Amino acid sequence: MDKLIDGFSLGLFIWQLIFFLLILGGLAFFWKKILGAIETRESSIKDSLQAAEEAKAQVAQLKSSNEDALRQAKEERDAILKEARELKDKIVAEAKDKANEESDRIVANAREVIKNEKNAAVAELKNQVAALSIEIAEKIVKQELSSDDKQKALADTLVDDMNLN
Amino acid sequence: MRANFLKTLIILLIGLGGNVMASDSHDHDNHGGHESSMSEEDESALRKLLVKEYINHHLEDSHDFILFSTGNRQDGDEKHVGFALPVILFDGGIKMFMSSEFEHGEKVVEKGGNYYRLYHGKIYKTDEHGTIKHDHETGDITNDMPVDLSITKNVVFIFLILLLMYFMFRGMAKSYDKGGDLMPRGAGRFLEPIIIFIRDDVAIPNIGEKKYKKFMPYLLTVFFFIWIVNLFGLTPLGVNVTNSLAVTGCLALLTFVIMIASGNKNFWMHIFWMPGVPWPMKIVLAPIELIGLVIKPFSLMIRLFANITAGHIVLMSLMGMIIYNSWYGSGLTFLLTVVLVLIELMVAALQAYIFTMLSALYFGSAVEEHEHDHEHEHSVAH
Repeated sequence: MDKLIDGFSLGLFIWQLIFFLLILGGLAFFWKKILGAIETRESSIKDSLQAAEEAKAQVAQLKSSNEDALRQAKEERDAILKEARELKDKIVAEAKDKANEESDRIVANAREVIKNEKNAAVAELKNQVAALSIEIAEKIVKQELSSDDKQKALADTLVDDMNLN
Repeated sequence: MRANFLKTLIILLIGLGGNVMASDSHDHDNHGGHESSMSEEDESALRKLLVKEYINHHLEDSHDFILFSTGNRQDGDEKHVGFALPVILFDGGIKMFMSSEFEHGEKVVEKGGNYYRLYHGKIYKTDEHGTIKHDHETGDITNDMPVDLSITKNVVFIFLILLLMYFMFRGMAKSYDKGGDLMPRGAGRFLEPIIIFIRDDVAIPNIGEKKYKKFMPYLLTVFFFIWIVNLFGLTPLGVNVTNSLAVTGCLALLTFVIMIASGNKNFWMHIFWMPGVPWPMKIVLAPIELIGLVIKPFSLMIRLFANITAGHIVLMSLMGMIIYNSWYGSGLTFLLTVVLVLIELMVAALQAYIFTMLSALYFGSAVEEHEHDHEHEHSVAH
């Protein structure tokens, strides 16, 4: 114990006190700065992590909404395609109907024309046959009536026919 | 096999310890005898003495900065390599001169009509022949001592350490201007985790989230100072200041002063008028608490001093073994020394941590907001 007390040097104590107080003052500013910087960094890291988390959530949300939109778009496309197909079928069917009708009409027209033509032809044929018949009859009559006997025979036949009536 | 080896090791260790102790007790008897013709026993005793002196010399402060010594004292060709330091004395006025004037204690220096002599590391006032008077009964030196404010080896060392700390942390603080606020750079890469450790594991748990900030500069400075000083004490330079009571006492005193200065009403009430106990107990408790308060810095001072000093004595004793030249003195001691140096490296940090931790604990107790008021009302109501 005596040795301990003996070993206590007042000079060293005083110098240590002076130097240590000086360094305490000298470092105070640096400590403040270092601790401040560490704190700022820590809070910025915390904020960044939080922001990242939020961004992640946002991205997830965006992704799901994107998927929704995609699905909706697909549905819409399918609907449009379906509609288009129906429309096409309808148009084709309509066109077919129309074409049928037209062809029917054309055929009917043709038939009419043919009928008319035929009628005309028949009428003309009839006229010609009549004219030919008259000509033939005329020639026959002329031949029949070419002699007196024959005229008399004809007149007899005619009278006979009339009698019979 | 292994257990056997361990046993031998322990026995050897105890044996070595015994040797050191023995050299301790024989010290004074051997003091006078080493100039006579030497028997083998005398020679080994002298060796022990030299080792002991060397250890003491290493542990003590000195008025000059000796880096290493060559030659042998008994051959008379001992030379010290180093430089002298200024001596400042307060003895009816300031007296300043270089310690080289003492010529390592061999010369008496005359300043302003007074004679001074450097004797065993201390400066005494003597007559012109440098007589050191001893008390007949106790053997204590009775010469007057001037107030010695010399710039000793330890003072220079403390100054250099603090200078180093200043530039280290200035550099670190500056690194935050150059993008270090995003990522620690340079020295900060190593120092920042330690600073965060002091903040999160020492200051905040002991002082509390609200009030720790104003104690941080002191805690950090004290931690790094003790740590760096301890580490430098383990270098071959061999200057250690934490094994001097003046330094540890100064640090403990600062802790004490800060604790007292920041003590709130609760803190003082708990010392002088302990709430929640009957009044006769309050009177009994007050002196106990008061003693406890004073013991706190005292224990801080002794703990740091004792740990570092003990470590150095053991380390130096083991190294001293090599000088004995015993068969086990070289190889084994070398191994033990290496192991011990590693342990001392840990102790260097550990003691710095403990000192900081306890300081924080004391500050915490000084600023703590007790919830005793409620309890107090409770006990009154009963």
